[in-house]
Amino acid sequence: MRSSDGHIFVLLLPLLVIAGFALIALVDRRQGRVTGPGFFARNGVGIGLYLLLAVSFWALLVIVLPQLFMVEMAFRPKLPPAATGGPRDVYTLENFRYFLYGSTTSTAAWNVTHLTAFWKTIVASILVTAGNFLLCYPLAFYMAQMAKAARVRLLLLLLIAPYWVNEVLRAFAFRVILGTSGVLNKLLLGAGLIDAPVDFLGLDVGLYAGLSYAYLLLMIFPLYNAIESLDGRLIEAARDLGAPWWRIHKDIVIPFAKPGIASGCTLVFMLTSGALAAPLVLGGPRSLWFTPIVYDRFYQAFNWPQGSAYAFILLLTCVAFVLAVLRLGKLSLGEITR
Amino acid sequence: MTAASAKRAALGLYIGLFFLYLFGPLLVMGISAFNTSSYPTVIPFEGFTWNWFLALANDKDMIYGLQNSLIIGVCVVALAVPVGLAGAIMMQQITPRARGFYYLVVVSPVLTPGVIIGISTVIFWRDLTTTLGSRLLYNGDFLTVLGQSSFISAYCMLICIARLQRFDRALEEAGLDLGASRTQIFWHILLPFMRPALLSSAVLAFLSSFENYNTTTFAILADKTLTTVLAGRVRQGSTPAISALAVVIIAVTICGALLYEVLKRRDDARKARIARLASKAEAQDLAIA
Repeated sequence: MRSSDGHIFVLLLPLLVIAGFALIALVDRRQGRVTGPGFFARNGVGIGLYLLLAVSFWALLVIVLPQLFMVEMAFRPKLPPAATGGPRDVYTLENFRYFLYGSTTSTAAWNVTHLTAFWKTIVASILVTAGNFLLCYPLAFYMAQMAKAARVRLLLLLLIAPYWVNEVLRAFAFRVILGTSGVLNKLLLGAGLIDAPVDFLGLDVGLYAGLSYAYLLLMIFPLYNAIESLDGRLIEAARDLGAPWWRIHKDIVIPFAKPGIASGCTLVFMLTSGALAAPLVLGGPRSLWFTPIVYDRFYQAFNWPQGSAYAFILLLTCVAFVLAVLRLGKLSLGEITR
Repeated sequence: MTAASAKRAALGLYIGLFFLYLFGPLLVMGISAFNTSSYPTVIPFEGFTWNWFLALANDKDMIYGLQNSLIIGVCVVALAVPVGLAGAIMMQQITPRARGFYYLVVVSPVLTPGVIIGISTVIFWRDLTTTLGSRLLYNGDFLTVLGQSSFISAYCMLICIARLQRFDRALEEAGLDLGASRTQIFWHILLPFMRPALLSSAVLAFLSSFENYNTTTFAILADKTLTTVLAGRVRQGSTPAISALAVVIIAVTICGALLYEVLKRRDDARKARIARLASKAEAQDLAIA
């Protein structure tokens, strides 16, 4: 298939889906399964038009079509503008081949740099997510079940405060502390604990600390909301029946708070694996994160199809993670995005 | 020491450490903004200075980026809040069979990495404007507003859905019975009810837009916002002027939060007064009757 046909298909696809749902709605109404006033009768013409236009603009032009165009571009070759639409402009897997083998034609050697960066990004994101969960769970539980209302309001305010400062500056703060002539090294040298400054950034300590710090809030809020709605009497009952503290958490609190846990973990994983600021500011020279590579495909290598393919791979990873979390927790999407 | 007090001490220590982790880095960065040392640090504190703030005020790129960020923020609020409200109302009215699918589509930007949203926005509008033959819309500010709106509208929608679920349909019917048109019901009943949700959406939308980096850095093309200028500076090397910017942002935010609190208290007091007057008037009416 030529790529000019591809664009038409991509443009038609969402319209076909909408038409399909409209048809189902029409049939439902005809057969009396849906009653009540129709859309425009219910909202009035003016408001009805506003609703339709706003939502279709958003869903189509801002969300769906850009994503589809990106996916489509990932399967196209990189060509000079003159050759676009020409005989060489056919769909190909060469961008994905490049990701795996570091070459668009040969499959002799693995693309070690990119594959390692990708793998490292995924593993580090999972570790950061797990670390944030362990760090936040006790505080969320304390706020939701143990603390007094006034104390909780103060803590919530304190928790939100650092997030008014943007991501780049938050990463920069870690550089001030962890740099070779940073505060921590000065302290350790002064205390005589080390003889020469430690390169925390080169060891990726800064990167992991910065990433965990950056998205702490997005873990604690879903956890707090979920645990907050748990009836405290259940915990008391379990305690009266002699359950040890760890069984109370394992068998009562965690199963109840599962949607919140899933929601916090998905958000933190997604944000960490897609983080750009922290790796740029805190990454040592040897630490390759995946997103800066994607960035370079676009604005250093100027290879947009390849960049799209890399972005698509990242997107697939995130989708896979969300699905895995939903499957593990036996949850639906609606439950975790509340 | 009893077991209970040991437990309390451990809890206190944990919470203390947690907040040290949260505020320590910001505090250190804040102090380094006032240190004369040309590398941002607190130890040794060589002397107190305001110079880094002066350097910041004379940084033309930063000022330009700030202006651009403010413009983009206002546009995002103007776009994302109405779209989010429409999205929330649509969620209630869409045919039940399509509801799950619709929800999946409009919530997906929240679960998509920001860089991907930025990339896809640029690709789509580049292709579209090339096909249409007009490059007018292939503009960094415009693309940034659209890219950011994709997920910020979803935040606004989630806030609006939560409020909309508590809307009493009987109010709408009362309005209809009293002869109001559908449009009047929207403006005079639904919108006033949604006001708190719309206000918090607007604040959240502006702040998310102002501090966004991942989507912006792709969508902004050759233009600049405060965060992209900042990221460039940070990569070039550390200077205390960057710390000074953080101090300014924190100060502005604290003032904003205080102002919001004062306004909210005043509004609450006004509402309480109106309620008091209304109940008094009602009592008088009853007495006359």
